[in-house]
Amino acid sequence: MTKPDAEEALVLVVEDYQDAREMYAAYLQFSGYRVAEATNGEEAIEKTLELLPDIILMDLALPKMDGWEATRRLKSDERTKHIPIVALTGHALAGHAEGARQAGCDSFVTKPCLPDTLVAEIKKMLPERGPQGGDGGKSALRKPGRRR
Amino acid sequence: MAVHLAGVDVEAKLALLEFLLTNNDLQVSARRAVDWLAAHSTVEQALVVVSDPSSGSLLLVAEHGISSSAIVDFSLSRDDEAHPLVRAMDRLEPTCFDATGSHARAPIEGVPFFAIPLRAEDDTTAHGLLLASAPGSDLHPDVAWLGRMLGRQVSRLYSRQTLAETRFGQERMLLYSIINAVTDPILLTDTEGKLIIANTHAEKLFAAPEDASEGWRRAAGLNNMLFSAALSTNAVAQTDLARRELLLVDPLEGSDLLFELLSSRATDERQGTYVVSILRNITDLARAKEEIEESYRTLRLAQAEVRDERHRLDLIIDSVADPILVTDQEGDIVLMNEPAERLFTAPASAGDVALRHVRANGAHLTSFVSNVLTRGGEQRYRGEIQLTDPVSGRASPVEGLAGQILSEQGELMWVVTILHDLTEALEKARLFEQLRQASEELERKVQEATAELADQNELLRRQHIALEQASALKSQFLANMSHEFRTPLNAILGYTHMLLHGVTGPVSDTQRKSLSRIDSNSRHLLALINDILDITRIEAGRMPLNLTTFKIPELVDEVMSELEAIIKRSNLTVRSTMPRALPALKSDRQKVKQIVLNLLSNALKFTPAGSVTIAATYDPRGRTVTISVQDTGVGIAAEDQAKVFEDFRQLDSSPARGYGGTGLGLSICRRLSQMLGGTIDLESVSGEGSTFTLRLPARLRRR
Repeated sequence: MTKPDAEEALVLVVEDYQDAREMYAAYLQFSGYRVAEATNGEEAIEKTLELLPDIILMDLALPKMDGWEATRRLKSDERTKHIPIVALTGHALAGHAEGARQAGCDSFVTKPCLPDTLVAEIKKMLPERGPQGGDGGKSALRKPGRRR
Repeated sequence: MAVHLAGVDVEAKLALLEFLLTNNDLQVSARRAVDWLAAHSTVEQALVVVSDPSSGSLLLVAEHGISSSAIVDFSLSRDDEAHPLVRAMDRLEPTCFDATGSHARAPIEGVPFFAIPLRAEDDTTAHGLLLASAPGSDLHPDVAWLGRMLGRQVSRLYSRQTLAETRFGQERMLLYSIINAVTDPILLTDTEGKLIIANTHAEKLFAAPEDASEGWRRAAGLNNMLFSAALSTNAVAQTDLARRELLLVDPLEGSDLLFELLSSRATDERQGTYVVSILRNITDLARAKEEIEESYRTLRLAQAEVRDERHRLDLIIDSVADPILVTDQEGDIVLMNEPAERLFTAPASAGDVALRHVRANGAHLTSFVSNVLTRGGEQRYRGEIQLTDPVSGRASPVEGLAGQILSEQGELMWVVTILHDLTEALEKARLFEQLRQASEELERKVQEATAELADQNELLRRQHIALEQASALKSQFLANMSHEFRTPLNAILGYTHMLLHGVTGPVSDTQRKSLSRIDSNSRHLLALINDILDITRIEAGRMPLNLTTFKIPELVDEVMSELEAIIKRSNLTVRSTMPRALPALKSDRQKVKQIVLNLLSNALKFTPAGSVTIAATYDPRGRTVTISVQDTGVGIAAEDQAKVFEDFRQLDSSPARGYGGTGLGLSICRRLSQMLGGTIDLESVSGEGSTFTLRLPARLRRR
């Protein structure tokens, strides 16, 4: 197991369900990422502004401020809008996927989502990191792949 | 006295004598003599008779002061020798008759008179007799003288011929007078129409005097022609008495005169046949007749009009359905219409009961009518009468209106009574009341129903709101359940996965085996949850249709590639046969794919060996597309074929079932195919294989 260091990408996991949040965090760390956690939308915005993560995994059903609202705010903020957001939704309906995309999510995965599937998606969404670490440029924004 | 008398008498006597000497007419002479007596003597009544030599009767030739009846009655024959006057005639001297009158049949009565025979001195017989009244019963010498003078004259003139002529002349004169006295024109003509005698009235029509006007003469000529023509037709007719109308012209007035011409034939032995014609002026008569006829016609017309009027009145009265009666002042019925007859008369065949009813009705009517007869001043009376129908015996309450009919002088002539049957009115009132009640009842019911309906509507509205709320809640619940189920499952699957991948350290084989069981059961639970959510969404109508147009072969390829791992593992021959001309399908692609995926995975699951074939066809007539999945698997027994589409049906329900799956796959497929307007059918033989056929409309329209 490689130990995470400053060179590794920082993933902000936003999930109110503790078991799931910790499970994803553990697996991401196991997979070599740095992980920060938030339990609701407000905290997600605070942590993002504070840490400027390389990518955000955002559960949409959140207390206080839901994932859609948090995504909209982050995507409308110049400081944070470049950060890719992968939505995590329990609603597999097309309408929800569309709603997530409209809110500004770059990609989404459906629960239940096995940890390795999630990691694969994050890997896909992360911009290619140079020697100086992620530049967070606009080239990082990619069309999300179609998921079924 | 004598001298004096002689003096006067002589001149009168001389004048008389002179007349007598120059006169040869016996009658004229006799008259003159009688007149002389009346003028010159005290004689007040006198008459002269002369004996007719042929017949022997005494003819009256002159008279003075004799009553006309005495003259008419006078009739005496020379042969009646016993008669005092005849005897007096045979004497030489005058005979005196006293006033006592034993001398019957004398024309002079009540006074004494002398009968003086008329003869010449040398005559042996008297030819006549002079009767002269004598107031003093003495024969006055002048009377005696006159007797002698007249006797001579009679004797001189007396002869058969002269007397006959005299008589004839006298009669003819009399006839003329008579004829002229008749106001109708009288004409005597011969058979040729030649005029013999015409009276003065006839002359006015048929003769014009010398100095007459031209018009007069022409009118007279025309009248002659008309008369001759009329007579000739009469002559031809040869009837004894002919009567006809003759139109002549009044010569003086120029106007038309209508005569009735009466002609009759008279035959005389000496002169032959004459025609006597009498014209009776009927101009006024004709006019009167015309007037009478006109009046008669007018009368007839008036009568006819009255009859018509009466007839019309009868018709009108009879056409009225209500009984109408006219009664006189006594209350007796003088006129009634047919409906009234039914109440107030009984047919001959009617029984005693009917007659009694009729009499009772009459009595009621009389007392009713008496209201207008007795109540002074009131011309109308209205009231109810209780009558009885004579035939049915049913009580018939009527309303009566009696009114007086007054003459022009204001006298009460009749009373008209109109009866209106109240039975019907009462019945109508009763029916109306029923109707009104029914209507009110209906209205009340309608109001109740309306209120109830409003209540129900309100209830429904509330239920609808509640349902919507419930539906929204259910929907929310489903969404939540989806989330709430998945969240823990997600954690279970995630941690199991991490354990199996050695994230938390190495695991033993036994542990790995257990973790694998946890993993597969969790996945099964997840599949169950997903299927149940699908069914619930479909049932709740919350499964939206997403219509697109897509190609079936591509879809089938996609399904086959998704199941590629399983296909490889199965060692089955899996084919797809797609015709080239297969049209693109318009439907919900995801749902079609779900069905095909399910059918194919079923086929793979239940086919231990052999092949699976996916085929598509298009039916242009029904515009339907079929996708069939045929396998050579275990098959389904006929009695089980319907069950496979039911919820939670897996035919092999033993605990050790080897096929996996939730048992909801076909049930969902059938529901989905119905959503897409299609069907799924099954053909299968147990042990030989099954064919599931999905039939869909080529172009689904949103309903």
